[in-house]
Amino acid sequence: MNRMMAIVERELRKFFRSPWLMMSAMLLPLVQLIVLGNAFGGKIRDARLAVVDYDHGTQSLKIREAFNAVEANIRTFHPIYYDNQRQAVDDVRNGKLDGALVIPAEFSRRVYEQNRPQIALVVDNTDNFMSSTLETEFGDLTQALNQPDVQPRMVQQIALSIVELYPYIEYMKYLLPGSIALAMFVSVMIGGGIIYIDDKARGVHEGYLVTPITRLELVMGLNVAGALKAMMAGLVITIIGGLLAGVSSIFDPRVLFELLLMITVTSVAFIAMMSFLMVRVDDPLVPRAVFGILNTLMFFPSGAIYPIKAFPKWLQVIAHIDPFSYAVHGFKALLLKEAGLSAIWTDLLYLSLFGLVMMAGATALFKRTL
Amino acid sequence: MTDDPRLPQLDANIFANAPVAIAVEHITKKYGDFTAVDDISFRVMEGEIFGLLGPNGAGKSTLIRMMTTLLPLTGGSATVAGHDVKKEADAARRAIGVIPQALTSDLDLTVEENLNIYAKLYSVPAKDRKQSIDELLEMVDLAKWRGAQTKTLSGGMRRRLEIARGLVHRPHIFFLDEPTTGLDPVSRVAVWEMLMKIKSTRNLTVLITTHYMDEADRLCDRIAIVDHGKLVALDSPRALKASVPGENVIEVQFDNMPPEWEQRLRNLESVASMQPEGASMYRILSHDGSLTTTQLVAMAIHDNVKVKSLSVQSTTLDDVFVHYTGRALRDATQAAHAYIPAMRW
Repeated sequence: MNRMMAIVERELRKFFRSPWLMMSAMLLPLVQLIVLGNAFGGKIRDARLAVVDYDHGTQSLKIREAFNAVEANIRTFHPIYYDNQRQAVDDVRNGKLDGALVIPAEFSRRVYEQNRPQIALVVDNTDNFMSSTLETEFGDLTQALNQPDVQPRMVQQIALSIVELYPYIEYMKYLLPGSIALAMFVSVMIGGGIIYIDDKARGVHEGYLVTPITRLELVMGLNVAGALKAMMAGLVITIIGGLLAGVSSIFDPRVLFELLLMITVTSVAFIAMMSFLMVRVDDPLVPRAVFGILNTLMFFPSGAIYPIKAFPKWLQVIAHIDPFSYAVHGFKALLLKEAGLSAIWTDLLYLSLFGLVMMAGATALFKRTL
Repeated sequence: MTDDPRLPQLDANIFANAPVAIAVEHITKKYGDFTAVDDISFRVMEGEIFGLLGPNGAGKSTLIRMMTTLLPLTGGSATVAGHDVKKEADAARRAIGVIPQALTSDLDLTVEENLNIYAKLYSVPAKDRKQSIDELLEMVDLAKWRGAQTKTLSGGMRRRLEIARGLVHRPHIFFLDEPTTGLDPVSRVAVWEMLMKIKSTRNLTVLITTHYMDEADRLCDRIAIVDHGKLVALDSPRALKASVPGENVIEVQFDNMPPEWEQRLRNLESVASMQPEGASMYRILSHDGSLTTTQLVAMAIHDNVKVKSLSVQSTTLDDVFVHYTGRALRDATQAAHAYIPAMRW
């Protein structure tokens, strides 16, 4: 036990003497949280929309009034009036415009005659997000225009009322659980991967191996130290990220305790996995080379930035094995839903079992000789 | 003392009656088809400083790593402080201190922290730890640097710290793998003096590997010369030098040599052997250096042969190495440097 603690002491002393290393472990998730949270979280504003009105009738005027209302209120788009449909479509193609609405001649007359009146929306569907936003907006607008001027006494149409269990979740909040898990992952990647192999190459392990330390003590010492470092990174990102994203529940003692539990179990699972992967590696380039691959393979399928249900089957299989998925699920439950232990016990159980299996594997594979 | 009947039994061992500290019997290490250590046997007696001398790549480090439990043995056996390194590895580790070739102390930690961590790894009781560290820091002359971060120390000071680290648990046997490699001459001498002082105060048995002949000559009671994984000679430095025919080495370079010049050189009085070294250079071993030199110069004047350079010196361990391996240690070291495989990262 004392020998194991000597390894932990050595690792932590080194850790606190190199604050830049600690900072770099947290920098990537923080930058990601701030940049991605702000880049993807917003709604589209001030899209440039051409309006080509060949009708100039009362019904087209109604549409133009509706556009003006949109421009003045939610500002999804800003109408620019064109005389020529071809010029408008060309400008959509070359990126000067985000879309074009064409109101054909005789539109008002067709409305009054109830003769299938149509307007056309031209969108640049290479930008899915923009085109689907415009389509949704115009779908709503058309539905509003189609409402009869006089409502019947008994409305027969079925209406869907949506009940949201939680307040609106901004994208930065949605990203926060993934960022916390990522901070711990980067920490174990640096501590349990890069520094571990560098120490091996420098001969530090040779120094350990000539002492009477056992294989288990050495593996446990390195893992406990790695888990403590990952926990610190996770806790710091939880607090800073929570403040940035406006998650006030982190200061609730109950939530904080549950978060600490989640951070601890996640750290153990991650460092054990890293130990297992690196236990037989000698080349210092290997952890640096696999860092990006592991990050992509574990972070993106975890549901941290996109729902797992939207993945193809094979990616869902990866997500179900990936400890990152359980970490993200657990942090989401605690941070976004303030759900208690009942919501995260399966995550805790999976991460604990995963950590145990990985630790056992790493110990079995660890060579007591050079 | 060696058990290998093929090796010359050159000198009565002054430690012959001392108990055996290290016994290596037919030890072998193979990596696939490559034999790094080939059937080596020797014994090191308690209190002795035993040197393994050889060029880089000769198998010295592999040998020391097998004795210190770092590498599994392919064949043979090694007993250290009475413990078989295969069967009682843990007991062997407790009895030995090891200084690896690389400087492996933590640069971010202070001198004292480095020693403290290793004292804990060796399970030195908390009450003895401080006293042991204080003593060692005085011994290696680093007491006033105890709070300094290791990265602020010079190479020589870091090596002294490593030596202190290897002794923190009061081992009986001390293994040092090329302890002065990379140090400047002043630091090397400081390390030698410190090792001699420690050895005398702690009654240690020391096994040291080196490719520096002066280091082996100055420090070691006995030297084993290792080349290509084989033990080629083993005895005290004095006895090894005495085993080489001739007591002086003459290195001479000529210009305009007539035919049969080489043969006439060989026939000079007191010449024990002669070896051409290329570019009209000869290495002559002589029982009487001054006589051979006088005759050689007189012969050159008579035959109008120009002597471009001439040096006379006593037999060194390099001559011993040449005698037993057929090549100079410095050449072998350079060749090993040139052909050493890429470092395994």
